[in-house]
Amino acid sequence: MIFGRSERGKPPVEPVTLKILVAGGFGVGKTTLVGAVSEIRPLRTEELLTEAGRPVDDTSGVEGKRTTTVAMDFGRITLREDLVLYLFGTPGQERFWFMWDELSEGALGAVVLADTRRLEDCFAAVDYFERRSIPFLVGVNCFEGADRYPAEAIRQALDLDDGVPLLLCDARDRESVKEILIGVVQHAMAYQADRRQTVTT
Amino acid sequence: MSAEGQGRSHWFDDEAGPVVRPYAMTRGRTTSAAQHRLDLIAVVVAESQADDPEADSTLSPEHVDIVDLCRDAPQSVAELSAELDLPIGVVRVLIGDLVDGEFVHVNRPVPPAELVDESILRDVINGLRAL
Repeated sequence: MIFGRSERGKPPVEPVTLKILVAGGFGVGKTTLVGAVSEIRPLRTEELLTEAGRPVDDTSGVEGKRTTTVAMDFGRITLREDLVLYLFGTPGQERFWFMWDELSEGALGAVVLADTRRLEDCFAAVDYFERRSIPFLVGVNCFEGADRYPAEAIRQALDLDDGVPLLLCDARDRESVKEILIGVVQHAMAYQADRRQTVTT
Repeated sequence: MSAEGQGRSHWFDDEAGPVVRPYAMTRGRTTSAAQHRLDLIAVVVAESQADDPEADSTLSPEHVDIVDLCRDAPQSVAELSAELDLPIGVVRVLIGDLVDGEFVHVNRPVPPAELVDESILRDVINGLRAL
């Protein structure tokens, strides 16, 4: 076989790409979770906040203005040569909600990562996905030294709908994170089946 | 021009930002008509029959970098942004130029309103289990 020419002539595999979002408060372990299953070290992609992101150009006070950067960490899992799953950690700060809209467009589903010591940090994310009808599950990251609570108590504290799965997990553990992701996809599947039924009946 | 008249605050080193402002690479353009809101997981594929991008004087080194990366393997918009250390908005504009020049084409992911095929979801679950 002659390398080079024949290799070049071979059309590249153009994979189908899917994404799952990982949301939750600051320091809850989003990037750790991504890193536990990603085949690449989590990469960082950034967007600068410039006038482009605003409806009206306002240059007053621009002399003192610094550019703000929104960063998102993401990882990749090649499931098959032609099927690639991306995991995106959402930017934690609430002032970057507009980036969430872009990220969640076309997302398969989402994981809301929760820490029982700061449960309130994930309220905003739960609310966000509920409102936009994006299938999500809650993963309770069991930190060492944090008190353990029964799943039912956490569910009540978060006021979760019955349909939303809640799993206890360890964001550092690959097997645990795999279970979480499988849970999201299964939930998305059930969710879509429901939706189809509503459409046809 | 006197240094005293320049105002009180000066930006030094990193404070002043990158030497080349990222959006200078796009000649100030922040959107590309065709590639507006190109998804982060849209896949950019190099056209195998395309001309050598380096021979095209209208393209910047960053354009050439994108084509080179995509020639190795198709790349998502997010990966190109991370790899080239450029903001997503800049990468989108550059990709738009390359699509116009027929150096690359873009495969968009499943449109938002459309539901993902159930067999693909099954494949994802099986793929995750097999990891």
